[in-house]
Formats: sequence, C-alpha cells, structure tokens
Amino acid sequence: MSVKISEGVAAIECRGVGKTFKVIQRNKWHRTATITHAVKGIDLVLPRHQILGVLGPNGSGKSTLIRMMATLLIPDEGTIRVFGLDVLEHRMKVRRLINRVSVEASFFKKLTARENLAYAAGLYGVPNHQAQKDATRILERLGLAREKLVVPLENLSRGQQQKIAIARALLTSPTLMLLDEPTTGLDPTSRREVQDFVLQVRQEHDATILITTHDMPEAERLCDQIAIIDEGQFVAYASPDELVAKWGEGQGLEHAFFRLTGRDLENDVEESS
Amino acid sequence: MIAVEREARALGSIVRRNFHLIRRYAGWEVVFLFYNVINTLTIGLIGLSLPPSQRAHTVVFLAIGALLWNFLSILFQEISNAVSWERWEGTIEYSFMAPIHRLTYLMGVCLYAVLYGLVRTVIILAVVMMFFHVSIQRADWIGALLVLTASALPFIGLGLMGAVLPLLSTERGAQATQIIQGVLLLVSGVYYPVSVLPGWLRWMSYGSPATYTLQASRQAILGGRPLASLLGISLELFLSGFILVPVGLIIFQTAERWAMHRGTLKRNG
Repeated sequence: MSVKISEGVAAIECRGVGKTFKVIQRNKWHRTATITHAVKGIDLVLPRHQILGVLGPNGSGKSTLIRMMATLLIPDEGTIRVFGLDVLEHRMKVRRLINRVSVEASFFKKLTARENLAYAAGLYGVPNHQAQKDATRILERLGLAREKLVVPLENLSRGQQQKIAIARALLTSPTLMLLDEPTTGLDPTSRREVQDFVLQVRQEHDATILITTHDMPEAERLCDQIAIIDEGQFVAYASPDELVAKWGEGQGLEHAFFRLTGRDLENDVEESS
Repeated sequence: MIAVEREARALGSIVRRNFHLIRRYAGWEVVFLFYNVINTLTIGLIGLSLPPSQRAHTVVFLAIGALLWNFLSILFQEISNAVSWERWEGTIEYSFMAPIHRLTYLMGVCLYAVLYGLVRTVIILAVVMMFFHVSIQRADWIGALLVLTASALPFIGLGLMGAVLPLLSTERGAQATQIIQGVLLLVSGVYYPVSVLPGWLRWMSYGSPATYTLQASRQAILGGRPLASLLGISLELFLSGFILVPVGLIIFQTAERWAMHRGTLKRNG
C-alpha cells in the first residue's frame, strides 16, 4: 500500500520545533541534572524535489532534528509534517515515505550485505529477489563490486559500508531521504560517487533530500538551499550563492559558515574525531 | 500490497535475520549448547545419588525441570534481550524506524525464540535420554506438549515486559532482566516442589506461569496423567497468556514512547 501525497504540500514543514535533553550524572553523593537545549524553535519549509543541506558544528542539533523528522524522537515543542502528515499522528504513513542514512552505518556486522539487505527489504515489504537485484545495480553504480555482497559487513571498509547503507535506503524507494553525514569517512572518489548518486536519485526518483554534511564543497555542489544551524537554532537559510554573497565576503561558503557560527568547521571536525 | 502480506514478510525477515545471526555466531552457540547439556546432565546425576527405588523418578523429575527451564528461559531471554541486542549491534533505530507494527516486530522475535528454544531443547532431551536410559513408558507426551505450548504464551508476555527494561535504562536494563529470570527460577519449583519454599516466598510461586507448566508436565510425563485432565491447566495457561501478551505489548509501547521522548532509544541519544 503506497501513501498518497497531496499535490502542493511541502516535503517537510517544521513549526517551532524544540527538543531538550536532561542528562543525569551520578557521582558518589549526589545527582546532577544537566539540561541541554538541542533544538530551539526551528521553522522550516522544504519544498518537494529540493536538496536541503544542514550545516553545523558538532553538537549543534543536526542529528536531533533529523531523528525527529524520522519519527525516532518526539519533539517537546512544535510540529513536524512530512508531505502534510504529522510525524506523531501518522507515524506509520510517514515511515513509508522516508528513509534515513545515518553517519554510522547501522548494520548487523556479522551478516553479509546480502543478508542485511534481505532483512531491510523484508521490513519494508519489498520482495527479497527484487531487493537483491536492485541492490546489485545500485552498488555497481556506486562502484562496489558484486562479490562484496557476500562478505560480512565487518570485513568491509567504512566507505563500502556507507555505500551499502545508501543502497539499502534506496531499495525502499523513499520519497524523502534523510542523509546524516553520508559521505563522512569516504575517500574522495567514493565521496564523488555518492554525490553523483544523490543528484541522480533526485533526478530519477522524484525524491526530496535533506543532507547534513561537514564538507563545504559537497554542500555547494549538491544543495539547492543551505540551513546553518548553531546551538540548536538556524542562523541562516539561503541558497549557497546567497550565503556566499551575503556572508562569505567572496571567500566561499566556509568563510560564511565561520562568520555565522564563530567557529572553524575543519577544526571542529578534528576535535570531534 | 495487502497490509497482512507486508507484515508477514516483515515477520519472516526478522526470524530469518536471527537464524542468520546464529550461523555467524556458531562458535558461541556450540559453547552455550554444550554448557546446557552438561548442566542438565549434572542436575540429573543428583538423582543417581539416591537409593535405587527413588532414582528413576528423581532423575526424570529433575530432567523435566532442567529441560523446561532451558526452553522457558531461552524464550524469556531472547525476547527480553531483543532491544539490548539491537542496541549493541547499532541497528535499533533502523529496525524501529521501519513501517511495521511493533506487534509484528515483537512477534517475529517471539516466533524465532520459540523455534530456537525448541531446537535446543530437543537436542538436550535426546542427549539426556541416551545418557540416563530412563524408562518413561507411561508418559503422556502429547499432554506434555500441550502444556508446553500453552506455557509459551505467558512467557512471551513476561519476555515483552522484560524487554522494556533496556528501553528504560540503557546501562542497567539488560542486567535487570536477569533478576526477573532469577526470581522465576527460584519460585517456580524447577528442581524441587514449591512446597519446600518458605511461606513468605511460596506465594510468589502462584504468580509464575512456570510453576503450573512444571507441575502439569511432571504429571503428564511421570504420572502419565491423561490428556483430558491436563486441558484445564493448559486452558488456564493459555488464558494467562492472552492477558500477559497484550499487557506486555502495551507496556512495551509505552516504554518505547518514553524512550523516544528521552532520546534513549539509541545508547548515546
């Protein structure tokens, strides 16, 4: 059963979305509660067929926002609609429309790619033979040899695992793809292949894509719009050209990012690794 | 695609995934099975230390306890550890984001647990029968099977309740399920009649489905009690399962929602 999407509705619509985490730390004598406002008052309208990049330093709220869109976290404030469907009220329908690739490839590492893909296909009601055929085609397109499908995931490189994660997401023909740093840890060639593939997916599959990344050239290449998030809030939302023109002082997107967040993204990535 | 067909395909994929995982962890499976066999034989050997007139009865009494506990504890463990396992593999968000009913996911886990538990128990039973050469000609095996089947449902319900704990506490939830299992082992009369329990502990045995399963199975196998007389207890076990499974499911869904509020579905939020 496919979910009917009304014409004219935005792929994602967030209104005043907020999320707070309370972390309790226990030491010998007492407990201390730390409150973290991970996401604060996010408003966002992402039209269909667009690619939106969300850029932000580590801990800025990117993954929390994606998790709320993916029905994995319940927002404390505000509403999120995916193709007009509230993520809390119509969780199951929303899940049929989306798929997510997370920064860490979520696989059963002892199982082969073929076994992992069979599991994923089953969860989404895709016949296994069709899934395997499609996966082989997608992975060949991503530059992964057919033989790798029968190798346990733990024996594949991170880049190869990430390609399989992308293939797995595409097997379910999602209308909205949530890509949480999909190219982190990939070599330049693999990164380029994934980027090409993302563009192809948008073109051929009529998909809307939300991508988080630390890679500025990638964001410039892929994204129609870029939202810069810092401390849980959007501090800018515009096309790459507009961001560079307004904040980049002719020195590119990274400079714009630095000016908007007061941080150097490269150093931030290094600190976190 | 028809919704039922889609859910059935998802259920099948969960069962298949778990059997694939067994194959990959085959070394551990052999070790666990070996330990279970040795444990069952060791417990059965206690019976051989008794006077000859009591030996056969005691060996079978103990072996029934060990075998049934093996099956029921596998059932409980596999279900209650489903969340911990997915979290450890790092797949919990992927599995829980899939567009299937939570009941389907949990039933897939339960179906696998029943099949896996049966296979392991049958292997141990075969070894026990060869080792002890005990004659149980009067046994009502169909009755015992009926009781065992009926007892699977309430244990699935308890397993679903146990599976909640890792959702509530990412650090200590899995350990807490061991406490539930330990209490069931203590109060259910696995290796002794519940009448030997101290009064303050005995009342807990009435709440454990394993108590009734063990009593009825022993009556069927040792006493050769006819099938008809086991229908009542089997029906009671079925009914308790019909209450415990939906209650377990409701508790699980409530805990999942709580975890999605707190951001504890995934270990590091």
